[in-house]
Amino acid sequence: MNLTLKIWRQKNASDKGSMVDYKVNDISPDMSFLEMLDVLNEQLINKDEEPVAFDHDCREGICGMCSLYINGEAHGPDRGVTTCQLHMRMFKDGDTITIEPFRATAFPVIKDLIVDRTSFDRIQHAGGFISVNTSGNTIDANTIPINKHDADTAFDSATCIGCGACVASCKNSSAMLFVGAKVSQFALLPQGQIEATDRVLNMVKQMDEEGFGNCTNTGACEVECPKGISLENIARMNREYLKASLKG
Amino acid sequence: MALDSKTPKGPIKDKWTDYKNHIDLVNPANKRNIDVIIVGTGLAGGSAAATLAELGYNVKAFCFQDSPRRAHSIAAQGGINAAKNYQGDGDSTYRLFYDTVKGGDYRSREANVYRLAEVSANIIDQCVAQGVPFAREYGGLLDNRSFGGVLVSRTFYAAGQTGQQLLLGAYSAMNRQIGRGKIKMYNRHEMLDIVKVDGKARGIITRNLITGEIERHSAHAVVLGTGGYGNVFFLSTNAMGSNVTAAWKAHKRGAYFANPCYTQIHPTCIPVSGDHQSKLTLMSESLRNDGRIWVPKHMKDVEAIKSGTLKPKELAEEDRDYYLERRYPAFGNLVPRDVASRAAKERCDAGFGVNATGEAVFLDFASAIQRYGKETAHVKGLDENDAVLVKKLGQEVIKNKYGNLFQMYEKIVDQDPYNTPMMIYPAVHYTMGGVWVDYNLMTTVPGLYCIGEANFSDHGANRLGASALMQGLADGYFVLPYTIGDYLSDDIRTGPISTDTKEFAEVEAEVRKNIDHLINNNGSHSVDYFHKKLGKIMWNKVGMSRNVKGLTEAISEIKELRNQFWKDVKVPGTNEEYNEELAKAGRVADFLELGELFAKDALNREESCGGHFREDAVELDGEQKGEAKRDDENFAYVSAWEYKGEPSDAVLHKEQLEFKDIELKQRSYK
Repeated sequence: MNLTLKIWRQKNASDKGSMVDYKVNDISPDMSFLEMLDVLNEQLINKDEEPVAFDHDCREGICGMCSLYINGEAHGPDRGVTTCQLHMRMFKDGDTITIEPFRATAFPVIKDLIVDRTSFDRIQHAGGFISVNTSGNTIDANTIPINKHDADTAFDSATCIGCGACVASCKNSSAMLFVGAKVSQFALLPQGQIEATDRVLNMVKQMDEEGFGNCTNTGACEVECPKGISLENIARMNREYLKASLKG
Repeated sequence: MALDSKTPKGPIKDKWTDYKNHIDLVNPANKRNIDVIIVGTGLAGGSAAATLAELGYNVKAFCFQDSPRRAHSIAAQGGINAAKNYQGDGDSTYRLFYDTVKGGDYRSREANVYRLAEVSANIIDQCVAQGVPFAREYGGLLDNRSFGGVLVSRTFYAAGQTGQQLLLGAYSAMNRQIGRGKIKMYNRHEMLDIVKVDGKARGIITRNLITGEIERHSAHAVVLGTGGYGNVFFLSTNAMGSNVTAAWKAHKRGAYFANPCYTQIHPTCIPVSGDHQSKLTLMSESLRNDGRIWVPKHMKDVEAIKSGTLKPKELAEEDRDYYLERRYPAFGNLVPRDVASRAAKERCDAGFGVNATGEAVFLDFASAIQRYGKETAHVKGLDENDAVLVKKLGQEVIKNKYGNLFQMYEKIVDQDPYNTPMMIYPAVHYTMGGVWVDYNLMTTVPGLYCIGEANFSDHGANRLGASALMQGLADGYFVLPYTIGDYLSDDIRTGPISTDTKEFAEVEAEVRKNIDHLINNNGSHSVDYFHKKLGKIMWNKVGMSRNVKGLTEAISEIKELRNQFWKDVKVPGTNEEYNEELAKAGRVADFLELGELFAKDALNREESCGGHFREDAVELDGEQKGEAKRDDENFAYVSAWEYKGEPSDAVLHKEQLEFKDIELKQRSYK
């Protein structure tokens, strides 16, 4: 396949940035999207041009490092995959592909397609944990039975990879799906009950301070989430938040 | 320097308890005056950072990713072992210890492995208390499954994402301490060297990957939890950024490197599809519970399948060679990883590989689908002879068990594994070798510790499934916090370590010199060009099957490639910016040195053990003909290499392994 790429180039955080066109030829449909970008970068290096910077690491869809807004969609046109799992067979010979970074006030661009997602970390610092010391002297694991449905639902929430596709896809740049997933995981487990009030209040406060927007129930986040994190997580977080606010 | 493992005296079951009762402790007020640097935030580094901060030390943690949550532990699929004996199937600390030593082909240190088995149960308690959502049964209690090489069900899991859930647990424990200000987290920072003061590790030099700034960081002790070096093969199941740099720099500053040739080649990975390939994807070992591995019996069928004129599922049962079941009737498809990998290579080398490259075998779920389908039909009182119904029911069962893996396969290969067998081939997955450590997990440099996959201690020459996660968390949560305290008790009066000293200045100058060389080299080939070449040499000559000729060639070829690299590598851009090519160049430079030592170690070890298979060390006759032959008389030792300038000058030190609690036997899976 021969393709035209329109890629966002931005030298650093203070640079204005612009779209630049590139051509890549002989792309195999079996390549992953990032392998296609590897080909482009090898080509640029050999021509003494600067390669395109993009985040990536595990390349098997679990670390959450890769991002990219491809043809107007977070992680591109396929469903239930991250960019590293997107394959070139989803495109046709002669296609023009637009590649941009995840855009949000709370995700400033570092360079080219790389954004700073440490705002996600700071939300987790505010309450994304259970305050138990790692001494190993806790009670035996099986003294806390948890019904399978709750355990499985908590697991589903916990599979969020923190990539930020939800924020990038949301017209309000809301992080409610990301935060809701963590709040839900702990809200569904007995271990999480003790700190439930503080957790949701602190995490939501931090989320607001980071400059993420609010949820207006459009549901784009759920559609674009590579891990299928459900909107129910947002509803559950809202219930938790209301409960916590009433408790004061 | 003579190697002293510092293993405590006394019966194996009392060693760790006695040790803990007699070490020096640091009181809470003094802990506040002590700094610890932790490099790497995977299961080992992350859990160590959280625990040490909780104890009161000032922790500085470093990772090259944009968040500690992305460390490659996150990609572990299958599960974590623990001797809980919840199933009442006869498990115990001793059995987990025994299985691990035997699975490692008797090349690990008994006392370390026993301690690992001993603390394993605590890990599960700890993780559940942290809110890790393990799989549960309908009664609400924890579920277990079985893994290769053992006779009990002791593996705890969270679907096919156990590593992710455990890492997020450790990450949450870190977050709590970051929030309290007890951990200072440095994301997107790469450690580029170790600084020693008066012989002790007292700091590191890092590069800020966003700004290129070279920074000095000091502490009273330094801990490396930086993972394995599988990427020396270029293609592996490791993440793209996984590297040996931290461990290798430690080696160059005096830490011995142990058993570099012990590498685990995992039998079930998705085959290479072309030269563009950047990494390989694992299909969990758990699939071998239900999948049957085969290639065609006759060459004409191989040709027909390759050319597309014959569909694999159409080939008659009697024309298939289920070679694992044929060669190893007792264990069949569930032989350990090293054995399964070599058997696949043997068939493909003989020309029976089933894809275009000739490097793939089938992993077939058709009979499992039939079996489960009939069973479900029977339970539901439906017609067991309705082929369409049975297939549908069977596929549903398989989907529940392995759905996420099947989806991954389909996305990568573009074939539906419910209807046609998967194609798989072995790939580099884990490195058992690593930085030599004593019982305290301290390297041969005082004050420098190494934990998790980065050290060598627990898995011998072959790691059992679901044991990597166990070791990472055991080291970080439960072992290091004790052993490092014993060392730091001498430092309560030391006070802060200054970075404004000649020791820091000298190391920083070396780091800068290296970077300047790479940036100003203006060569003609990219970093990947050299990395791919190194990978080819490693895979062809230091891979699954090794011989004297190949290893000798590899040593000189790697040396030559390294010289070329320094002369001819091209790194665009500058140091003072985000520059991934520069970061890669530094990592590949270290792989080019490690690769040579790796081959040298493999050449030295004239026996076959675990993942290390020497063609000149095989059983010549009897029932085990052609199988790996260990040589306990001459090679029951750890090879610990001391750096002396060039990898070829490295000096071998031997730690003799003593087996007092387990009898050495040949592993047989026939």
